[in-house]
Amino acid sequence: MAAKKHDAKPGEVPTTGHTWDGIQEFDNPMPRWWLWTFYGCIAFALIYSVLYPAWPLVNRATPGLLGHSTRADVAMELERFAAANADIRARLEAAELTAISADPELNQYAVNAGAAVFRTWCAQCHGSGAAGVQASGYPNLLDNDWIWGGDIENIHLTVTHGIRNATDDEARISDMPRFGADGLLEKPQIDEVVQFVRQLSGQEHDAALAEAGAVVYADNCAGCHGDAGEGNRDVGAPTLSDAIWLYGGSVEAITHTVTYARAGVMPDWNERLDEADIRAVAVYVHGLGGGE
Amino acid sequence: MWDYVKLVALGVIALLAAIAANYARDPAYLVNAITVMLVAGGVFLWALRRVGEPKLAAPANEYFDEVVRYGVIATAFWGVVGFLVGTFIAFELAFPALNFEWAQPYMNFGRLRPLHTSAVIFAFGGNALIATSFYVVQRTSAARLWGGNAAWFVFWGYQLVIVLAATGYLLGATQSKEYAEPEWYVDWWLTIIWVVYLAVFLGTIIKRKQPHIYVANWFYLAFIVTVAMLHVFNNLSVPVSIFGSKSVQVFSGVQDAMTQWWYGHNAVGFFLTAGFLGMMYYFVPKQAERPVYSYKLSIIHLVSVGFYGMSTFEGPMMSIKAVNSLSHYTDWTIGHVHSGALGWNGMITFGALYFLVPRLWNRERLYSLSMVSWHFWLATIGIVLYASAMWVSGIMEGLMWREVDANGFLVNAFADTVAAKFPMYLVRAMGGVLYITGALIMCWNLFMTVRAQPAKAAVNANNFVPAE
Repeated sequence: MAAKKHDAKPGEVPTTGHTWDGIQEFDNPMPRWWLWTFYGCIAFALIYSVLYPAWPLVNRATPGLLGHSTRADVAMELERFAAANADIRARLEAAELTAISADPELNQYAVNAGAAVFRTWCAQCHGSGAAGVQASGYPNLLDNDWIWGGDIENIHLTVTHGIRNATDDEARISDMPRFGADGLLEKPQIDEVVQFVRQLSGQEHDAALAEAGAVVYADNCAGCHGDAGEGNRDVGAPTLSDAIWLYGGSVEAITHTVTYARAGVMPDWNERLDEADIRAVAVYVHGLGGGE
Repeated sequence: MWDYVKLVALGVIALLAAIAANYARDPAYLVNAITVMLVAGGVFLWALRRVGEPKLAAPANEYFDEVVRYGVIATAFWGVVGFLVGTFIAFELAFPALNFEWAQPYMNFGRLRPLHTSAVIFAFGGNALIATSFYVVQRTSAARLWGGNAAWFVFWGYQLVIVLAATGYLLGATQSKEYAEPEWYVDWWLTIIWVVYLAVFLGTIIKRKQPHIYVANWFYLAFIVTVAMLHVFNNLSVPVSIFGSKSVQVFSGVQDAMTQWWYGHNAVGFFLTAGFLGMMYYFVPKQAERPVYSYKLSIIHLVSVGFYGMSTFEGPMMSIKAVNSLSHYTDWTIGHVHSGALGWNGMITFGALYFLVPRLWNRERLYSLSMVSWHFWLATIGIVLYASAMWVSGIMEGLMWREVDANGFLVNAFADTVAAKFPMYLVRAMGGVLYITGALIMCWNLFMTVRAQPAKAAVNANNFVPAE
């Protein structure tokens, strides 16, 4: 198409005279505000890069005249709180575990600190509300059913050394046999004992199978879980006679447990937390509702 | 003679791809090799049937617009795909159950997310850039595209890049570098396409009949050249096996991170900024029928993009600390990306498509202007919902993460921040629904424009009138 020249109106800036596919350009100077903003940005960038760490060199960046460092900022913050809390943490470490709850100030601090530790380190498995995740075998810490004991000393021991981990010799260890997988029980026997465990926990069950299962139970399970399924904390054998289940109380879940066994693992937190934090989180968990 | 060279090349590629498929070490490589084999084989048969047919000489006095028409269709198609995947993964974040058990792991958020980003940036945005650059460079240079069928090679080759990358993501092939996820052989193929693209574009500029190069073409050129450089350096990697998709970066640790985000944010700068400024400098004045405000401003703009490249080199290393310490790792970043991508790149592309379709298909006007209006408002409200939800969500989680009590203990668990974001995730997903609804209305409108609008009276085919 023949390019139509833009007719400059009176007082209008002339165009540069070029035309591309009918597009023309006014020959305006740079807008003032834009120019000054641009210069301002350059000035800011130069000043900033002199004052603060900026230009990359071979091994490190230029440090900046103000000596600013975000790392140093964080270190200072941490130090400030560490100094402020030093006394009460020393008291927490020295206190008799059972005596902490009787000291309101100490208890308050331990619960606050323990809650923070719990949210950071424990919530991933036990949930931020500590209700656990049954599908994955992470215990609920709110109820009063404890596998290894729910008094402050036992909770403290569990947190310190963990459960079935490979790094701590004092970790709590229980080792239920894989009755099905290792051929200790036949499939029909497993079906029977599962029905008996259902009966123990007051659930719907097949009475005939359960009756046969009682014998299987007495021969294979009662040694740890007790004659009436009351459990045994000394060997970490869960109670089977209540409605609380670590991995679920359905026929499928119990059958899986008997066949393959379960072996949940908890880290030994003394590797990562100091004694005051371990005590704090033990106090926090103890106070959640199930503590003994 | 050329026909036979082409046939031999296609046959060899199909054969090599078949061999590669035989030895494939992972499913992504296998599917990609079979795809290449089928494509090369198909084109081989197609070329074979046309051997000896008399070639029609390209009409030297007409613009090469067929490839632009294909580009427009591809842009609209990939746009819808990209928006759809984006909206779906937004719902996956709000409702994790949508990471269906039966679709593990192919439809997981982790695999669909790069599919979404690549589809919108490279498939939607890339096709828009290639198509409009071919359109604009011809008009503003008053010259037909240089290189004959090379433009077709660029178009179809680029679609193959997209298909290889997308299927690779779903099957688990990724370099784990944001916006540079495609594995080594896709990177090589894209490099070849890109060099041909540069040649076509530059060739057209060189044979222009205009005394000056229009500013839009400088932007396009900056985009093509810089993306080539960024792409090559960020994808320097050594394949673990010639028959596997996995490769290892030559840089490691901090150097790798630096290179990645030198690439990453300059991809935004030159792909999504410089290239789209080129689009803007043609389509806005054409639509407004007004001269460009200032020639100097255009040039300065171009230079500012150069500074942009340098500043984003420094950006990953030392960003503004006070803001970044709050915003980093939060949804704020995602909001920032989307206000740019949806608002700037999406809107410019939609405008260009509305401009191009009636002209390319020689129609008098668009099918419906009220549909354009609906599209505009749906998209705008969608962006507002999306961006504001992510700002709120990002700042909230940033504040929650850093919140400490009087004793210096963290107040919130990470899971608490995730739970708190749920309402914002819903709003974000609704924003996506509005945005894709608008895009679907656009597709219907464009389809009906081609289908049902009366053709314009034939214009003089010779448009090549250089400026006086």
